[in-house]
Amino acid sequence: MITIRLRKKRISRSWMGDVFLFLLLAAVGYFMAMPLVFVISNAFKPINEILKFPPDFLVKNPTFTNFTDLYHLLSGSWVPFTRYIYNTFFIAIVGTVGHVLIASLAAYPLAKRKFPGKGFLFTIVVLSLMFSATVTQITNYMTMSWLGFLDTHWAVIIPAIGSSLGLYLMKQFMEQIPDALLEAAQIDGCSEVRIFWSVVMPVVKPAWLTLVIFSFQGLWGAGGAAGSMYIYSEQLKTIDYALSQILAGGIARTGPSMAATLLLLTVPILIFVLSQSSVIQTMSTSGMKE
Amino acid sequence: MIQLVKKSKLKLDSKTLRPRLNLKWKEVSKNKVLYAMIAPFFLIFFTFTVLPVCLSLLVSFTNFNMLEFPKWVGWRNYAQLFVRDDVFLIALKNTLIFAAITGPVSYIACFVLAWIINEFPPKIRAFATLVFYAPALSGSAFIVWTLLFSSDSYGYINAFLLKWHLILEPILWLKTPKYILPIIIIVQLWLSLGTSFLAFIAGLQGLDKTLFEAGAIDGIRNRWQELWFITLPSMRPMLMFGAVIQITASFGVAEVATALAGFPSVKYAGHTIVTHLMDYGSIRFEMGYASAIATVLFAMMLGSNLIVRRLLAKVGE
Repeated sequence: MITIRLRKKRISRSWMGDVFLFLLLAAVGYFMAMPLVFVISNAFKPINEILKFPPDFLVKNPTFTNFTDLYHLLSGSWVPFTRYIYNTFFIAIVGTVGHVLIASLAAYPLAKRKFPGKGFLFTIVVLSLMFSATVTQITNYMTMSWLGFLDTHWAVIIPAIGSSLGLYLMKQFMEQIPDALLEAAQIDGCSEVRIFWSVVMPVVKPAWLTLVIFSFQGLWGAGGAAGSMYIYSEQLKTIDYALSQILAGGIARTGPSMAATLLLLTVPILIFVLSQSSVIQTMSTSGMKE
Repeated sequence: MIQLVKKSKLKLDSKTLRPRLNLKWKEVSKNKVLYAMIAPFFLIFFTFTVLPVCLSLLVSFTNFNMLEFPKWVGWRNYAQLFVRDDVFLIALKNTLIFAAITGPVSYIACFVLAWIINEFPPKIRAFATLVFYAPALSGSAFIVWTLLFSSDSYGYINAFLLKWHLILEPILWLKTPKYILPIIIIVQLWLSLGTSFLAFIAGLQGLDKTLFEAGAIDGIRNRWQELWFITLPSMRPMLMFGAVIQITASFGVAEVATALAGFPSVKYAGHTIVTHLMDYGSIRFEMGYASAIATVLFAMMLGSNLIVRRLLAKVGE
């Protein structure tokens, strides 16, 4: 009797519970997926289906007209579309790499080492998580103009590098690293920076990949809100801005704007899918437990 | 080391202050590598987060229009906010209703969904995660809700309701006060399975499997007991993280509200504290007043965080 219990990995569960949880999952999944299916479907609708009454939810005769229209619309604009793409990628990539590196570098001492002022610094980080970004916009604007960051990409990139969310998340994960691992490295004569880079970072790979997802996604869409605040030059703006210009065109541009939304969506989702597979697989085998 | 702790416990007087400072300095210089490691982050963090917040607190006690030097007015901004500003009271009410619904609902949904998904085989798990996380990933794609709720008969919700003869004429969804807040809540819920959801999934993945086996031997009978006595207590750091994020998000709603209901919305039905803040901060340039609004918002977030911290400490008891 006891041996059977021991061998069983999972405890008994009722099928009622299974059905209930599955139905819950299906209902929420439908609610979550529906608008996105709508975006994809509309992006491929020809104009007569977009303006049809009553409208169909799914596309009947899919076409690429919206994408070609979008291309024509954008190539007619004063700033070439590739410029917007370059701006968006530049902000997203530089910001993400910088944030992951610098936030992890700071998280390691906070999580694993003792030094004066540590508690105080971490308390401030936690408190700052509770501040809505809007609050700091006005005073940030003044700082930016004083530092000469206004109307450059750095106005968006630099604050993102120092955002407290990543530090907090990395610290939470790094705390789970066994001390024995770090001591072993120390005995081998590694410097702190070396321990961080060759021991800690490989072990917390799932954590910083998660951080890559958050940061990239935040910066990818940042052109809209933060960008319009600090960046005025047309040639420095991002795809998000270009999209909002198309959306402003009204009902006749529904098709191209849906196509643009779909294109804009694809990149973060791709990044997510690529990094997620490694997040989930390395997570259970990362050997972080003592 | 022991000596150091003893000495630091001594009372401050002129004789001990100097050696104490010396010791402190020794300790600081011993750890200079660590300070060098945290320096880049904290330099940026202080410049773009701490400094603006402190400035904002200071400015909230002044009358400041960005052109003239700020004039100290004490608590006047706060008094005006609660006594004379009717629109602020509407915004406060909306934000509280909004936070009271979206905060707990999305927090619990994040955890429950992550928990269910966690039991699936890896391939299905990856797909389900994508479905739930995609809206939060999609950035400004929530704009599609304006098409769904658009006011004419081409709006999809209207069109379907008309087709099924549930309504006789199109409803002005985003122009009718009583519908505006519920619609914003729905869209925000759709967007809200984000950061904390992913953090929960990562946290669940990292749980120690032997704990569950030990629990089964100790007499845990069903999954609900397992959840309450093992999973939740071991997830506490992640739960805390999720709570902080979710509270900030549900009190800070503004973007969705302005994108859907316009700014200002009809009869201020979609007005929140942050839109009120934006109104005074970036349109009227009354910085002192805007900062006072921001401070009130911060106090609310801090208060609810403390309450949630208390509640989370009780988990699994």
